Amino acid sequence: MATVHLTTTLCRSFCGDVRVVEISAKTIGQMIKELDAKFPGLGIQIDESMAVAIDGSIFQDTLIEPIGANSEIHLIPKIAGG
Amino acid sequence: MNDVLQTSSLKVVGTRPVRPDGVDKVVGRAQFGGDSVMPGMIYGATVRSPHAHARIISIDTSAAEKIKGVKAVITSADLPEIKSEEAFVGEGPVNFRDLSANVMARGKVLYDGHVVAAIAATSNSIALAAAEAVVVEYEVLPHVIDEVEAAADGAPVLHDDIFTAGVDPKPTKASNVAKRVEFAKGDLDVGFAAADAIVERTYKTAPVHQGYIEPHACVASWGSDGQCQVICSSQGQFMVRAFCAKLLGVDIADIRVTPAEIGGGFGGKTLVYLEPLALALSKKAGLPVRMVMSREEVFRGSGPTSGGTIKVKMGAKKDGTITAGFAEIMLQAGAYPGSPIGPAAMCCFAMYDIEHAKTVGIDVVSNRPKVAAYRAPGAPISTFATESALDELAIAIGMDPLEMRLKNAAVNGTKALYGPTFTDIGLVETLEAAKNHPNLQVKLGPNQGRGVAAGFWFNIGGESSATVNVNEDGTVSLVSGSPDIGGSRASMSMMAAEVLGIDIERVRPIIGDTASVGYTFLTGGSRVTFATGTAVCEASDEIVKILRGRAAKLWEIDADAVEWKDGSAYPAGDNAGKFEPMTLADIAAKAGRTGGPIAAKASVNAQGAGPGWGVHVVDVEVDPETGHVTILRYTAAQDVGRAIHPSYVEGQIQGGAVQGIGWALNEEYIYNDKGQLDNPGFLDYRIPVASDLPKIDAVLIEVPNPRHPFGAKGVGEVPIVPPMAAIANAINAATGVRMTSLPMSPPKILAAIDAAK
Repeated sequence: MATVHLTTTLCRSFCGDVRVVEISAKTIGQMIKELDAKFPGLGIQIDESMAVAIDGSIFQDTLIEPIGANSEIHLIPKIAGG
Repeated sequence: MNDVLQTSSLKVVGTRPVRPDGVDKVVGRAQFGGDSVMPGMIYGATVRSPHAHARIISIDTSAAEKIKGVKAVITSADLPEIKSEEAFVGEGPVNFRDLSANVMARGKVLYDGHVVAAIAATSNSIALAAAEAVVVEYEVLPHVIDEVEAAADGAPVLHDDIFTAGVDPKPTKASNVAKRVEFAKGDLDVGFAAADAIVERTYKTAPVHQGYIEPHACVASWGSDGQCQVICSSQGQFMVRAFCAKLLGVDIADIRVTPAEIGGGFGGKTLVYLEPLALALSKKAGLPVRMVMSREEVFRGSGPTSGGTIKVKMGAKKDGTITAGFAEIMLQAGAYPGSPIGPAAMCCFAMYDIEHAKTVGIDVVSNRPKVAAYRAPGAPISTFATESALDELAIAIGMDPLEMRLKNAAVNGTKALYGPTFTDIGLVETLEAAKNHPNLQVKLGPNQGRGVAAGFWFNIGGESSATVNVNEDGTVSLVSGSPDIGGSRASMSMMAAEVLGIDIERVRPIIGDTASVGYTFLTGGSRVTFATGTAVCEASDEIVKILRGRAAKLWEIDADAVEWKDGSAYPAGDNAGKFEPMTLADIAAKAGRTGGPIAAKASVNAQGAGPGWGVHVVDVEVDPETGHVTILRYTAAQDVGRAIHPSYVEGQIQGGAVQGIGWALNEEYIYNDKGQLDNPGFLDYRIPVASDLPKIDAVLIEVPNPRHPFGAKGVGEVPIVPPMAAIANAINAATGVRMTSLPMSPPKILAAIDAAK
């Protein structure tokens, strides 16, 4: 199972004390659906405002990036720049 | 595409050809936003609030409308009322209701310079006179500028619907604190308990403007058939199209935006200001409208970036190991929520492997223009504080500041405070390069000091498109969707030339309008060479496949039996030597007879940009009589992945360092007691000029990014992250006084020196 690490700010809003969630999703899109099912509203929050770091590489605005069976995933605010 | 990186001996990438747009810009032929014209166009002007915070009681435009030559007057009543809707469209989260109200105030003005009405007239002077004739009645409200004051209980509240996000329980009382974010790892108590030395300070940075030379400018037409045209200077024609469509209630397909040349942006041209107004005026007047901001309007109404207050606590062992780091960062968002608080909180400790760390970010609205992105948004502010504290920590334990950074530097496998694990990074190599630079061997004299600081920026990728057309004579037209701010025409052409195996002079780069090339996210986030470059390489690679196929048809062999080398098709394998090689021009000449025009396009959503790392070392001399700081030497080393055009990479590093020097020493918004900006011009808002500066020695460290065809990483943002702390640390070395507030202007330094006596 891949593990998703949630930020303190996300936990406050959606999942209380749960900091790490195990998922079976194979893509970012599936992960968003799976997390939303567990914590209603979290999926939309991730979809609209979060980037997804899979095993160290940051992805944003993509639903199709694959997630490995043992991937470590971190959700971070979307990043832009100047 | 990674085969190119691994196997090719590069012939174009890494060289320094003349930029394709250079001549136009040198001889004044380039068309910037203010040069753009449309037949029959008239001229627009704005009416701006003189108050920092006020309720709009009434707006009387009747006198203005009676002035001969006035063709249209608009207020917020002429624009659609937008509901609160957040999206990540430009360079950060955008609420379209707020964006609309920022373009034209609705109900209240929230800062000095906030637009309340706009005029279009047959001449600029008539438009300005009519703007003077608009009568606005205000109920002036108490205002607040400083972020700490704005966050305090009892501060004037700007919005009655802001309830701090990110805290539990959610507040029931509205305040100016829009959001709180937090990142943490380990246990701070454990980390600080293990420290032999602890530094705890509060730092302050002044709000500054991006300081681009070209003011915002556009010309826009709303046709009688509903088709809209905009020509403007911006960091993204697709961004302008999307925002105008949303704010004016127009279908995206009905707006065509053509990018003019751009005279600097640095993040400040990632929003719209004039374009929706010009379109609305055009619709009302029935004529195209050109609008150009004055410098005063640029300062009062556009950009800027946040001022901030940063509390830092760091601890280290005597051997130099950083045991714990804490930073609380409070940033001004301006009139509407959305300061770069997330990046500020994520970046400031990213350079180091710290077991116990925590950052808290607080986004605060106040009566200033809504902030826009500015080069590595947020990171320079927070990093000024943490890199200053680290310097003090190094002094406290008696360790060389570069050695301390090397001891704690993030390496491949280091887990960042904000979660991800770094890969393919070159911070250690960058620190070593700075340490070994000849500038560090120079002996310093009296009142001189040397300072060091490091910086980090994520870099991004995202959506980009490019089209490659092979012309009948074998030249190549390259169309991309990224406005060229830092020489990207050159780097795009070079990557295309490298893949195609032809001279760069054979490639003519064009920046396409929104109807001529696929969607491309704006130029920002240090993304163009990485993301648009990837699209260019993919389209060029497709062209090579087509060319091999055309040669195969002519030779009547299988396409797999054709090799592409040095810009020519060669028969390979069993067919080697059986046919004369054909150049790209040979094949292009026969394109019509072998299947038709040769063209390819690629659209990508590039991911895996790879972060940038910078290490700056600066030597200063401080005049103890005046407090004036002279920059003697400046060394800026940076992990750039691979420099496609080294001169333009060096230029980005030099430009970022210079903007950082201005931020460090001189630049600041100065408000009077009414909340009005007192220095809206370059005479009183002092940016560095060439005579203020030594040569900035840029050192390029190439640790390739495996997710780019040639290994490129973004380079434009990280160079503005280290300068403020590096200079503060140098001033401390020269004078023994620790400056904790920007700008470190002569009066402040003199006062600090006097206080230390």
